[in-house]
Amino acid sequence: MVATALSVKNIHKSFGSVEVLKGVSFEARSGDVISLIGSSGSGKSTLLRCINYLETPDEGEISVSGEVIRTLKGKDGKLVAADKRQLEHIRTRLGMVFQSFNLWSHKTILENIIEGPMHVLGMTRKDAVGEAEVLMEKVGITPKRDHYPNQLSGGQQQRAAIARALAMKPDVMLFDEPTSALDPELVNEVLLVIKKLAEEGRTMVMVTHEMSLAREISSEVIFLHKGLVEERGAPSQVMRDPKSARLRQFLQMA
Amino acid sequence: METISNVIGFLPALIKATPLTLLLTAVAGVFGLAIGTLVALARLSTRRILSMPAYVFTFAFRGTPLLVQIYLVYYGLGQVLPGTWVRHSFLWPYLRDGLWYAIFALSLNQAAYNAEVIRGAIKAIPGGQIEAAKSIGMRSSLILRRITLPQALRSCLPVLTGDLIILLKTTSLASTITILEVMGTARMLQRQSLLIFEPLIAAGIIYFTVVFILTRVMNVVEKRLTRYRTAKA
Repeated sequence: MVATALSVKNIHKSFGSVEVLKGVSFEARSGDVISLIGSSGSGKSTLLRCINYLETPDEGEISVSGEVIRTLKGKDGKLVAADKRQLEHIRTRLGMVFQSFNLWSHKTILENIIEGPMHVLGMTRKDAVGEAEVLMEKVGITPKRDHYPNQLSGGQQQRAAIARALAMKPDVMLFDEPTSALDPELVNEVLLVIKKLAEEGRTMVMVTHEMSLAREISSEVIFLHKGLVEERGAPSQVMRDPKSARLRQFLQMA
Repeated sequence: METISNVIGFLPALIKATPLTLLLTAVAGVFGLAIGTLVALARLSTRRILSMPAYVFTFAFRGTPLLVQIYLVYYGLGQVLPGTWVRHSFLWPYLRDGLWYAIFALSLNQAAYNAEVIRGAIKAIPGGQIEAAKSIGMRSSLILRRITLPQALRSCLPVLTGDLIILLKTTSLASTITILEVMGTARMLQRQSLLIFEPLIAAGIIYFTVVFILTRVMNVVEKRLTRYRTAKA
């Protein structure tokens, strides 16, 4: 039996009076690659951000490698994380890659990568640098190790950001539209890295507009529409032969 | 010609007083930065019990002349303290000296100005960088220490430097409460020599020179610390 790496249960989220997620559930077993697709406003990015509580879900449950994020009901009936330290610990097991890279601009690429291992995981500088060198090699950013983020192209920054997330040795990688902010000619270098990670058997959840990537590496594709799962399944089935008219329309436009 | 030689004649006494001016600047600068950072953080807090006092503090110190503050501290505290236990404590010999009152007032005033600058710089940090820090499990105190403050302080360094130079010149107000820093010494020289302009010109030369050196030093510091923004690809 393959262990469940991530379980997302019945997630609800509203911003003001707008209900963005209306009860979404899915599970990722170890090694799964799950692609969340859907038009803008479908709630896919919010769902991803609820997984590591960058957005606190109003309702529902997240567990990572079997450990549930503990919550309390706030005064307004919405959830709040019950134990900050537990949440911080679970976050170390969820690597996140953002659309806009979000590298720390006052730190070099190497410093960005070793920051978490040293100051969150408590590794020595020597060990952290050793592991960072392997990761920089893997994402092809080694020549830029002592450069600052603003000296790098978008594609290089995103590859560095992937290395930064990997440095925490997370159980699950979360990708939030990792290529959407890139110039077209830089998309491919990032996609190659993501594909490599999928081939290594990493558990990943990604929000993406890259349909060919989703088709190629996903074990499951989840199509969100207006805060609900409209259709889900293996990419071969969902993307070739969509049952829902909305998904058919979405795939034609993409 | 005589004026010039008089001015030069005053310089040694004023140079001797310069360390005191530098001491006032350095101490008030350091305390101003430290307290200013705390006040900035308090003002940004969502808890009103922190943000309100910080707001009142900055408003009060920026809204009144420093000279008024110095007088209030010197004569105000100077009146109150002798009536308390402090009068008989080991601190008293020190507290009779106007220097401490000057440092106190200058530090708080500097803190109020620094706080506003630092608050703006913290707010200007892209939210995504904070999210990235959260996403790897950094706790908020660590984010503050490793991500927010290093970046905020560097980005407002030019303004902080400007404020430090203003502080250097403002220490001359300490002369009004008996402190013989550069300006106080110049006024003493005026009284002794009965010359009005020469001691002032000499004092001006001293301030100008110190500011010139300080500006140069801070330029180098700034360049080093903000390389991340100016480095070319």
